[in-house]
Amino acid sequence: MESSVTTPPPPERQGPTTPPSAKTKTAAVEGSATWSLLDRIGLAFCWFLGLLFCAIAAAIVIYLLIQGIKFLKPSELVTPAASGFTEGESGGFSDAFFGTLILGVMALGIALPIGVAIAVWLVEYGRPRPLARVTEMTIEAIAGIPSIVLALFGTVIFTSTALGFLSRTSEGVVFGRSYFAASSMLALEALPLIVASTREGLDAIPRHVREASYAVGKTKAATVRRILLPTCRPQIVTGGMLGVGRIIGDTAIIVVLLGATQNFAPVEGAPFPLNYLRGAGTSLTNFVYEASPTGNLNQPEKAYAAAFVLLLMVLALNAATDLVHRRARKAGTWSH
Amino acid sequence: MEEDLQPEYGPKWSDQRVERMLGALVVFMVGLLLALIVVVVVNGWPSFAHNGLSWFTPGGSVDEELSEISQSAETGAGYIYTFHAWPLIWSTILIAGGAVVLGLVTALFISVFLVEFAPTWMSNILRPVVRFLASVPSVIYGLLGVLVLVPFIGNHLITEHQKASVAGIISLTGYSLMAAVIILTIMIAPLMVSIFTDALSAVKPGWIEGSLALGVNRWRTTWKIAVRAARPAIVAGTVLAIARAIGESVMLAMISGSTGFAPNPADGLIFIYEPSRPLAPTIVKSVDQLSSPPAKATLFAIATFLLFSAAVVSLAGALTRRAMRKYGAP
Repeated sequence: MESSVTTPPPPERQGPTTPPSAKTKTAAVEGSATWSLLDRIGLAFCWFLGLLFCAIAAAIVIYLLIQGIKFLKPSELVTPAASGFTEGESGGFSDAFFGTLILGVMALGIALPIGVAIAVWLVEYGRPRPLARVTEMTIEAIAGIPSIVLALFGTVIFTSTALGFLSRTSEGVVFGRSYFAASSMLALEALPLIVASTREGLDAIPRHVREASYAVGKTKAATVRRILLPTCRPQIVTGGMLGVGRIIGDTAIIVVLLGATQNFAPVEGAPFPLNYLRGAGTSLTNFVYEASPTGNLNQPEKAYAAAFVLLLMVLALNAATDLVHRRARKAGTWSH
Repeated sequence: MEEDLQPEYGPKWSDQRVERMLGALVVFMVGLLLALIVVVVVNGWPSFAHNGLSWFTPGGSVDEELSEISQSAETGAGYIYTFHAWPLIWSTILIAGGAVVLGLVTALFISVFLVEFAPTWMSNILRPVVRFLASVPSVIYGLLGVLVLVPFIGNHLITEHQKASVAGIISLTGYSLMAAVIILTIMIAPLMVSIFTDALSAVKPGWIEGSLALGVNRWRTTWKIAVRAARPAIVAGTVLAIARAIGESVMLAMISGSTGFAPNPADGLIFIYEPSRPLAPTIVKSVDQLSSPPAKATLFAIATFLLFSAAVVSLAGALTRRAMRKYGAP
């Protein structure tokens, strides 16, 4: 009985600050000097691949940076593309630049509310169970559908006369290519990322938070709106940013559903923002595709410039996602 | 806060109504997916119906068949549907298969490195690098492929002798299987790394410590215990990578060579320099012929094939994962 008193108390370092991390492990365990030759070759191969990846990433960034500085003129961002034979005559790619911004905002505007709503339903309601299971499979399936198949599906639904108001119609034939068409299909592409990230956030909120909210008389809907969604805002933002990254990086849907033009093609007779959104247009990815040597324009210098701008956007998005992630972690999670 | 609680969440936002609205949205999404499958299959059906099983077999030149199909709408002599997709399917298998095999090996070694062996400074660099490589748009990979890798392969790796040896059949310019596989590997390996590292760091520390305590060195412990325990996640990541590789269209349209040609490994190593064109890029390249009904049917038939191969791959993956559940890892 006495001995049990003298036993040391259980170590008190179960707090969130010291998980069994890789850092302590590396320091504690032996180096590779005692390993057999084959194991050491394997470790060397690891190093080789890791350094190779770093080199590839650095090469992509540095190469595009050099080409971008060489070929990107700020005026290209505000000059629309024009027809011309040389790279000097053919204007810039402002329409592509703004097209990418429009697509990012519109597709996210569609995908974010739907994605969050689906995640809320899956986590907070989820009845009947079979429907929840089917929904999970649906989201997974949407994530696995090649974007070119989504694009082809889009050509069918957006050329139907019922949806003619979303694109240009002439003599009863619906054109089917517009910012509306492209961004709704791009939204499908971003949806699984938003659902997954929001679910992760909702799942991390412990049950007692919800119970506390019910106990003070809030309804379930009010709890979701006032407690749960504000709490998992960082995850929602992360999902949205991943989604935007997917949206502005996609090319197949834009080539098929936005049109083979490099300029805005507003529809006549529609009020201001709608005439552009209903018309065909372009985006940076589409511009890079068409301006590459295999595309129709063949202006590699402008393709480099546009690719550089696109890469900067992606890098900025990555950095912002990191920032949100880190800040969310600093703010603390539900450890108890 | 108090004053808006009562009116806003009165009967208008009652729980039942919110649940019903969200449920309706969910049902709509399920319906949309079903509609997508039905639309794609129905539109592609004429092509399958006319060709039967010969749709999947070799025969004739794919490119000539495609142009005959799209022109047959204008001649008025009836639609032509004859189409033998084998060169496209074979190219998809070669490119996606090559990239997935290479990517799997690369991703495994890199994630083992990241989780177990990399010093902190190295993993602090490598993690963002992997995330960056996963987020570069495919069209940028395509552009770099066209302007950097393809000319390099064409000018430095392929010898004049090799070009002459196949001159009558196909011209080797650098747009090749090799370029496509290399770039696709760089695109899909980061996806696998992010899934593998999650799984490897979720392996129970006790299992690893047990092995270490028995005197097994860290390298073998990692491969024999951690990697084995993470096998279900490895399958999941590979399935995701296969789906991405099959569906990749724009980058491959730019650098795979855009010729309906089936490189033959029996010809020796030269086949990796030969151009081809997988299924998905074929859709991108012929998308302006959608107005011709037989061409539309053919393109949707290709899309159906892509959709079903993706479904079969993920089904196989799910079954494998279920069989592996006994290993107890995520």
